[in-house]
Amino acid sequence: MANWLDVASILGIMAVAVALLMIGGHFDLSAGVMTGTTALTVGVVAVEFQQNIWVAIAAALVLALGIGAFNGWLVTRTGLPSFIITLGTFLMLQGLNLGLTKAFTGTVQVRGLADASGYHSAELVLASTVEVFGQPFRIAVLWWLLVTALAAWVLVRTRFGNWVFATGGDEVASRNVGVPARRTTIVLFMTTATAAWLVGSITAVRLTSVQANTGTGQELIYIVAAVIGGCLLTGGYGSAIGAALGALIFGMTQQGIVYLNWDADWFYFFLGAMLLLAVLTNRLVRRYAEAAPR
Amino acid sequence: MSAAADRPAAPGDTPLLELRDIGKDFGSVIALDGISSSVRAGQVTCVLGDNGAGKSTLIKVLSGVHRPTRGQLFLDGGAVDFDAPREALDAGIATVYQDLAMIPLMSIWRNFFLGSEPTTGWGPFRRFDRATAKDVTRRELAAMGIDIRDPDQPVGTLSGGERQSVAIARAVHFGARVLILDEPTSALGVKQAAVVLRYIAQARDQGLGVVFITHNPHHAHPVGDRFLLLNRGRSMGDFAKADVTREQLTDMMAGGDELSRLAEELGRPGAP
Repeated sequence: MANWLDVASILGIMAVAVALLMIGGHFDLSAGVMTGTTALTVGVVAVEFQQNIWVAIAAALVLALGIGAFNGWLVTRTGLPSFIITLGTFLMLQGLNLGLTKAFTGTVQVRGLADASGYHSAELVLASTVEVFGQPFRIAVLWWLLVTALAAWVLVRTRFGNWVFATGGDEVASRNVGVPARRTTIVLFMTTATAAWLVGSITAVRLTSVQANTGTGQELIYIVAAVIGGCLLTGGYGSAIGAALGALIFGMTQQGIVYLNWDADWFYFFLGAMLLLAVLTNRLVRRYAEAAPR
Repeated sequence: MSAAADRPAAPGDTPLLELRDIGKDFGSVIALDGISSSVRAGQVTCVLGDNGAGKSTLIKVLSGVHRPTRGQLFLDGGAVDFDAPREALDAGIATVYQDLAMIPLMSIWRNFFLGSEPTTGWGPFRRFDRATAKDVTRRELAAMGIDIRDPDQPVGTLSGGERQSVAIARAVHFGARVLILDEPTSALGVKQAAVVLRYIAQARDQGLGVVFITHNPHHAHPVGDRFLLLNRGRSMGDFAKADVTREQLTDMMAGGDELSRLAEELGRPGAP
């Protein structure tokens, strides 16, 4: 149980943030590789520049917020689909991750984080294991619950949440009634970047070494989890708790296939089938809500 | 039949909103030119015109989406410029768009307060005051005589007339003094259109100045006090109700005026 919860938690933190962005009407394909970028930044600053690990984590946060703001600014400024803009940043970051890691370390990984100063406090906060009812849990599970609760509260209970639904539902209409749609979009991109930073920091501290290709290819999994959790691909509808459940289902399937002694090769088949099922169900929801009797 | 521009503006009789020689160009295309009219409290000014007459551009100038290239807007007699829809809204000019600026997948109460959400709590705990929002929505709709079964239902499940009514109630609630309605009756059947016309009259009776944009003189004439006719971005006249009959409106809308002018032109003897 601790095992599949762990898989679900790392994925879930990202899926929840990506869900908010999707409700706001956008995609972030750079979200996966950004977990690698932030993890590598933590590693390089802590090991190569010999800084305290908290300084390294703070530097990674600044970088992540910058990338998120850049994505959001470019999308709102150009009006181009976020799919293509973030595909661009995705590929650029993938290249940077590899190139800069090699330039700094001469290899394709950063190692030796355990020796950085402040490592033990960082490990306590980001990568420790707590026991609940005799079961060991990674502390990432706690972060996941926290992120989900916060996202759900913001989405449903605050005016910003109202703006997220509105911006994703109809950007022009919402701007006409005074919703700051651009600012909302930029903040959402910065939110996925922040989630990527949290996951990147957890990964770096937990593994104490970071591969240059960390996180690459995960971006679609986040979107899949959000869609299984009820987010519409067209924006304007979805929930944070749904995305967290989507991540949970993903984790259970991935680990469940192993426990059942099935061939793990079949995992992606099940994932695809779940995705199709979710999308078909979503379509029914939208049809019901938008069929306006004149 | 006199143009509005040479009407003397008596003190104490200042129109809520006045347009003087408004023009708008998009590049080399002249979308509007020389438009003058006025909107008074407790009156309905109808803007009539066929497709492409410049009605939408005029709305966008009034609601702060576009800045006029020429001319000046006056609010309570003072010159005003709007740089954003928000500024026009803050000045009390509310626009109900043809597509209603409502989000179909969101509930009625969320739509009602969209962009102007009430909040409670301080600092990081400041949140959308949902109880108040639902309560006010129900009360305001009831005051307009709109019976909504459940404010939690998505706006997408409402009929066209109901959506118009919700949008009008929203504008009235947010302190609109000038209410701009963009073709509110065009997509509706006869019965639904009558319902919406009744709400327009109700808003007028509450002391609002209403700008009612339509291409249907049969909808405009019963409820309007002034009629501004547009054709290809230019004013064909700005009439008080006493000066014009429904038949004349219909005739002008159908291009009767243009046709007679054309006949005159064709009948003229050739150049010497």
